[in-house]
Amino acid sequence: MDFAFMRDTFWTLLSGVPLTLNLAFTAVALGAVLAMLIALMRMSGVAVLDWLARGYVFVFRGSPLLVQIFLIYYGLGQFRPTLQEWGLWGFFREPYWCAIFALTLNTAAYASEIIRGGLQSVPAQQVEAARACGMSGFLLFRRIIFPIAVRQALPAYGSELILMVKATSLASIITMMEVTGLAAKLISQTFRAVEVFVVAGLIYLVLNFIITRIIMALEWWLSPHLRRPPEVTLPVEAAHV
Amino acid sequence: MQQLSYFELVGFGPNGWGYALLMATAMTLAVALCGFVVGAVIGTFVAWAKLAGPMPVRAVADGYTTVLRGIPDLLVIYLFYFGGSAALGAIGSLFGAQGFIGMPAFMTGAIAIGIVSGAYQAEVFRGAFQVLSKGELEAARSVGMGRWLMFRRIVAPQVLRYAIPGMGNTWQLILKESALISVTGLVELLRQSHIAAGSTRRPFDFYMTAAALYLVITWISTILFQKAENRSLRGLRRAS
Repeated sequence: MDFAFMRDTFWTLLSGVPLTLNLAFTAVALGAVLAMLIALMRMSGVAVLDWLARGYVFVFRGSPLLVQIFLIYYGLGQFRPTLQEWGLWGFFREPYWCAIFALTLNTAAYASEIIRGGLQSVPAQQVEAARACGMSGFLLFRRIIFPIAVRQALPAYGSELILMVKATSLASIITMMEVTGLAAKLISQTFRAVEVFVVAGLIYLVLNFIITRIIMALEWWLSPHLRRPPEVTLPVEAAHV
Repeated sequence: MQQLSYFELVGFGPNGWGYALLMATAMTLAVALCGFVVGAVIGTFVAWAKLAGPMPVRAVADGYTTVLRGIPDLLVIYLFYFGGSAALGAIGSLFGAQGFIGMPAFMTGAIAIGIVSGAYQAEVFRGAFQVLSKGELEAARSVGMGRWLMFRRIVAPQVLRYAIPGMGNTWQLILKESALISVTGLVELLRQSHIAAGSTRRPFDFYMTAAALYLVITWISTILFQKAENRSLRGLRRAS
């Protein structure tokens, strides 16, 4: 192993980290909004909305993300004149926006199931209690259902975030130079696959480790009622001796 | 040239890509299946190592599952493709060959998928093993079964039964991951669609077809795994 080469590789690959994180976090943030919508559609009780949501989840979870990326980046080029007419071509021409779009649609499908699980785990008694206090509609959702659901869904959402960090590597195939893209370029230039792999792998592991820790901290912060209460030492009374 | 209709394009006519797409689908299934088998073998050993291995072996197994689940699969594929080619080139140069020797794409794919999915399968098997009741293992030991006999008669059948749902999930993962193998040039479903899209200038039609074929495969596999699960549970009384 050539440590000087690995050090250079490290600095090169590090310059791809902002793009990796940018793609992952933007997609997860936008995907969360869409996922919420899909989860609510599935739980709406309206058959049409329910089936639309089911179809969406089936399609985006059942086909490879790379196919979805290609479909958006290359596939939509087939409709270029139409898209130009609608003024959307500027968006779909850019690999960055195509990657964001594909990742967002993809994560929304997975996340909607996580959110649905969280919403369904809210105990009925708590909702009843809130109703008995006179809460309803948005207030009930905002004060009772949403906070409990978020707490329940957080661990699964954390692993979804990590999966997304890994998934951003596919954006390299449509020319985005994030960590994997830079690694692939270095490998094909130097043919030192092992060294580059070790460095790139380490970067991803550290990123994912940090994200896991942040999610754990968030979980801890959101569930104060599950923590052991601080020890209260009662003053020893001498009066009864 | 007159524009072909969609069905002429993906059909089996003289200008149709139907046959090529079908062969590519078979290739996707073949590489996914090989990867699944390689992964199951690796997963079994890693699960054993994590459950009963001596300390250093267990540490290696833990490291393997942590690392492989934490880095992108695409990197692993690059490692095997380029790393394998470099190794082949080095070996080749010993025998006087020169230049780049490409790693066989199918083998790269099967090994890379196997190594990545092995980490997931190990966790599936480990979870399934932990469901086994201790009493049954003790009973088997008390009637004098050796390790191998006990594994074959008691452990393996039951672990497989409990592992079916998890294996189904892993299979779906592998199937989708096999699309990444297209970067090595293996002509599987995505690669073939890419080629067809390039030569006909109809990318949307072909990627849409590819997506539909993937959906068909995942849909059928879901049904098959559900059947297998029901069948495996037929001797089991369920509390409900």
